Amino acid sequence: MNVAIDIFTIVAISAGAVFFMAGTVGLLRFPDSFTRLHALTKADNLGLGLIVLGLLPQASGLLGALKLVAVWVLVQLAGATVAQLIAHALRRKGPPT
Amino acid sequence: MSVIQALDIGLALLVLAVAGWTIAAREAFASVVGYVAYGLLLSLVWVRLFAVDVALTEAAIGSGVTGVLLISAVVRLRKTEAPAAAERPGVVLRALAAALCTVVAAALAAVVLLMPDPGATLAPEAGQHLGELGVGNPITAVLIAYRSFDTMLEKVVLILAVIGVWSLASDGNWGGVAGPRRGARPEGALAFLAQLLPPLGIVVAIHIVWVGANEPGGAFQGGAILAAMALIVLMARLTEAPEIRRRWLRLALIAGPAVFLVVGIAGFAIPGSFLAYPAGWAKPLILLIEAFMTLSIAATLPMLVIGPPDRPPS
Amino acid sequence: MSAAILAGLTGAALVGLGLYGLLTDPHPLRKILAFNILGSGVFLLFGIIARKGAAAGFAADPVPQAMVITGIVVAFSATALAVTLLLRLFQETRRATLEPDAPAKTPDAGVDG
Repeated sequence: MNVAIDIFTIVAISAGAVFFMAGTVGLLRFPDSFTRLHALTKADNLGLGLIVLGLLPQASGLLGALKLVAVWVLVQLAGATVAQLIAHALRRKGPPT
Repeated sequence: MSVIQALDIGLALLVLAVAGWTIAAREAFASVVGYVAYGLLLSLVWVRLFAVDVALTEAAIGSGVTGVLLISAVVRLRKTEAPAAAERPGVVLRALAAALCTVVAAALAAVVLLMPDPGATLAPEAGQHLGELGVGNPITAVLIAYRSFDTMLEKVVLILAVIGVWSLASDGNWGGVAGPRRGARPEGALAFLAQLLPPLGIVVAIHIVWVGANEPGGAFQGGAILAAMALIVLMARLTEAPEIRRRWLRLALIAGPAVFLVVGIAGFAIPGSFLAYPAGWAKPLILLIEAFMTLSIAATLPMLVIGPPDRPPS
Repeated sequence: MSAAILAGLTGAALVGLGLYGLLTDPHPLRKILAFNILGSGVFLLFGIIARKGAAAGFAADPVPQAMVITGIVVAFSATALAVTLLLRLFQETRRATLEPDAPAKTPDAGVDG
């Protein structure tokens, strides 16, 4: 049983890491700020979500699990807001270059 | 080489690379953004040193609050960058400076490598009376009990910094308001975050102060989170900062050191020396001091970030 | 090489980097940034002293750690004061430079510490 849980953790965290990697590649390779923003927010939300999902079975008790979920929710909230703000600032500056 | 070692070396190289970028970046704005990332990476190094309390403080204050301060300053100083670039010292002078700095860094590195292992330590002394204090986190014990004098004076330094910042206001603005003005129609996403986040942030901050007695956390980290909540509300222009002549604001700024001082002087009367806690009363007194210190830090940090008042009192 | 020694060496290098920026960058805001990097390098050196002082069941000596925590807060308040001074200098002279002999609109307002 423990082995199954550990394998689940490893698989979920690895999948999360792949999403982070994809987001980073997008950040470096995409042509303009809007698409870079897209790469970062989409990949990081899902990537962090998978990592938190993988860590949940390893958490110490209900409180630890709740804290992990809270971290995920807060990062999503902050990430979404910052993405909105950056996009807004970019639009005010004119068309993407 | 184990995986952990490889990760450590990678982290160290990353920290140095981002620090180098911060120094070398052409634009000051890029440099500030680099500094914020550098602070967050540095807090990972602190976790690797088993200093989670320091990591929390570095992430919250060293990177977060300092970042807000520097970003707003760099935007206002953008016009001064080009003239400053003309003052850059010549190649010879820079090479000399580089040589000097290499010598300093090499000397420090030699000290690190030659340091005795295990080194001198005060850990047994710090851990000796934790039970009597009712505190499980030795760092909280050092901050509020064994070296409480330092911590109290550090609060006084914060107040002096606020006085210094305020004293740079123009005469007409004295007693007035600093920071962003209240917006007519607060902007979408940030206003939403500023309405949603503070209740959560306040709960998290109180939690961090409370668990700080036994686990990583404490007044500095909790106070920094409260300060961040205040800054978000100000940046979203939901409200303005209070006028600096307000009595309640000034009371909040001095509450921490004042309570510290009262407890300290009471220590003369009851246990017999300054800042000594009477037996059995240590834990409640520590919680009392921490609560007021949190309040003072939460009031001081935003006032330092938004700077001197720039419009007169109404 | 342990994580602690690696962090100590990183701290030493950061002190060097920060010192270089402080000496060579002419812009005062960049000098403040460089000074903060220098300071965090010094804090890391405290960190290795704390880690080497691990004893009595603690992973690190709490006394240097507590000093670093107060240090970070004091460094922030000094940074805030310095940045405010700089902004005020800019507001008065429309320039931000430490050069005393550069042409200034108000000749006596161009210098601070």
